[in-house]
Amino acid sequence: MNYQQPDFRGHFGQFGGRYVAETLMPALLELEEGYRQCQADPSFQSEFDAYLKNYVGRPSPLYYARRISEHLGGAKIYLKREDLNHTGAHKVNNTVGQVLLARRMGKSKVIAETGAGQHGVATATVAALFGLECDVFMGKEDIRRQSLNVFRMKLLGARVHEVTSGTATLKDAMNEALRYWVTHVRDTFYVIGTVAGPHPYPQMVRDFQSVIGHEAKAQILEAEGRLPDVAVACIGGGSNAMGLFYPFVDDAAVRLIGVEAAGLGVATGKHAASISAGRVGVLHGNKTYLLQNDDGQIQHAHSISAGLDYPGVGPEHAYLKDLGRAEYVSVTDDEALAAFRMLTEMEGIIPALESAHAIAHLTRLAPVLTREDVILVCLSGRGDKDIHTVADAMGFEL
Amino acid sequence: MSNISATLNALKERGKKALVTFITAGDPNLATSEQIVHALIESGVDLIELGFPFSDPMADGPTIQLASERALESGTTLRGVLDMVARIRQHSNVPILLMGYYNPVFCYGLEAFARDAASAGVDGLLLVDLPPEEAEELHPWLRAAGIDLITLLAPTSDAARSARLASAGEGFLYYVSMTGVTGSKQVDAGAIAAAVHDLKEQSPVPVAVGFGVSTPDDARAVARIADAVVVGSALVKLIAEFSGSPGLLDEVRGFVRQLKAAI
Repeated sequence: MNYQQPDFRGHFGQFGGRYVAETLMPALLELEEGYRQCQADPSFQSEFDAYLKNYVGRPSPLYYARRISEHLGGAKIYLKREDLNHTGAHKVNNTVGQVLLARRMGKSKVIAETGAGQHGVATATVAALFGLECDVFMGKEDIRRQSLNVFRMKLLGARVHEVTSGTATLKDAMNEALRYWVTHVRDTFYVIGTVAGPHPYPQMVRDFQSVIGHEAKAQILEAEGRLPDVAVACIGGGSNAMGLFYPFVDDAAVRLIGVEAAGLGVATGKHAASISAGRVGVLHGNKTYLLQNDDGQIQHAHSISAGLDYPGVGPEHAYLKDLGRAEYVSVTDDEALAAFRMLTEMEGIIPALESAHAIAHLTRLAPVLTREDVILVCLSGRGDKDIHTVADAMGFEL
Repeated sequence: MSNISATLNALKERGKKALVTFITAGDPNLATSEQIVHALIESGVDLIELGFPFSDPMADGPTIQLASERALESGTTLRGVLDMVARIRQHSNVPILLMGYYNPVFCYGLEAFARDAASAGVDGLLLVDLPPEEAEELHPWLRAAGIDLITLLAPTSDAARSARLASAGEGFLYYVSMTGVTGSKQVDAGAIAAAVHDLKEQSPVPVAVGFGVSTPDDARAVARIADAVVVGSALVKLIAEFSGSPGLLDEVRGFVRQLKAAI
């Protein structure tokens, strides 16, 4: 592979790094060393692979979506079905990896932040599997709109901490998880759910999630005999996108497109399009594109999808953007809802609202490509958790 | 030698301990903060630490989080804090340290910040989320402007790391007395004595201890082992309690005098 990122200090060009309080620095250095040892240890990889196969249900299928391909009248669309994983989203790939690492490092407690609740559920699930204590931090606003996932986490034995500070969403949940970690750093492993946070998290989460892209590459070669022309994924922090993109970064002919949440529209200021409309700054331990005002204060993100409602983005996406290797676009709440209904009605697949953003971009992209072109899309999660939100948006009373 | 080191070393030579107080600039507004700073100086505070607010104060407990929110609500910007420092400088030469998170400084522009902070009369900068590993892009600008970049050390830093960071200290070393956020627990002077002793041996500059120092008794215990004592959340809490009351400045003066008497 020619692409080698990050550098030894966790920098992706000017992005990434390790911007944390001194109290956490030794824990991050310990984590980096622990992860390095596991990377070099074949028994770790085989243990990880075995849990992905037998517990998560991998490999996830690659499905040719014939009806929406024909409906949009252009390229062939393949869906990488991360929605069929145990717990219903791609998040579990990473939590299996990190919790196995936590066990090897001798940590008995895990904590996590969560937005939509998928990462919280995935962490609580794997914590239950291994009998570890689990505390999940979740914004009050997200607890309201994702009550089903909150109950799932509680059933799985996790304690769910309601976060009321700031905007009471994902960024504040991450602040609170960091505060808790500072206080309990000696015996606690922080399972970060996306390709953000201080080094080595962006690299480690990408590596664990890159099973998505590795499988998809082999599957599309088998189905089409060639690489896809385009790979598309939604981006909040960007873990499913990084997992899909990473194995294709050196394949220059494959266009990589990340789809951010434009909320009510980028021009309204109520959106979560950090790459499209943000500026470089430092938050949650890394330097990246952030939604911020002229004084460097972080601004509220907005998206109908709780999992994309974050004012930053993983540093490697910021790097790929500046490098010109990946393109970043955005779609609005309304476009995502329309795509949600299209996929549900035409393929019988109810997508997560996050994933519906990636689907929505297909309605622009597929028609301008030819029938010989192939688009690979990450369907990062299933939509059961979003039924109430969608019903609300449609004016339907449950 | 910087104003910070000179002040702390002069106290040390006289066998005295330094009192460092933290307030959040702009809580409840910058005009009041300026009055509070004058009250602190009059009451004998040796080094003024001014927090500039950030929307996401990840290392702070609820007291300073709320102060930061109030400061932002009152329209406080980093530029506004620098202007306040410049006004204070017309009356006092007390060392002034700005403390906060990196993003507002990064957003301001590193070169511009170093220049404007120096011209306002800022002596030092402490950035909670900028460990030495990431400070390379900022440090040369501060050095050129004559501003100390204060190093934080924590109980979790191992011996080799502590020794390495301590030997490169500027102004003073700030030892975080516990694993936690600001204002969350009470300092245990006995538990940190050995670590502080080692740092004093390794460091070319004085050693201050903060986090969890809230009462005159805490301050007394810490002063026995450290060169300087930092009081933050307790003072911020007092300011919140008496905010808007005519007795605010007297309360601040009274609290500082008790702390001074204790060390």
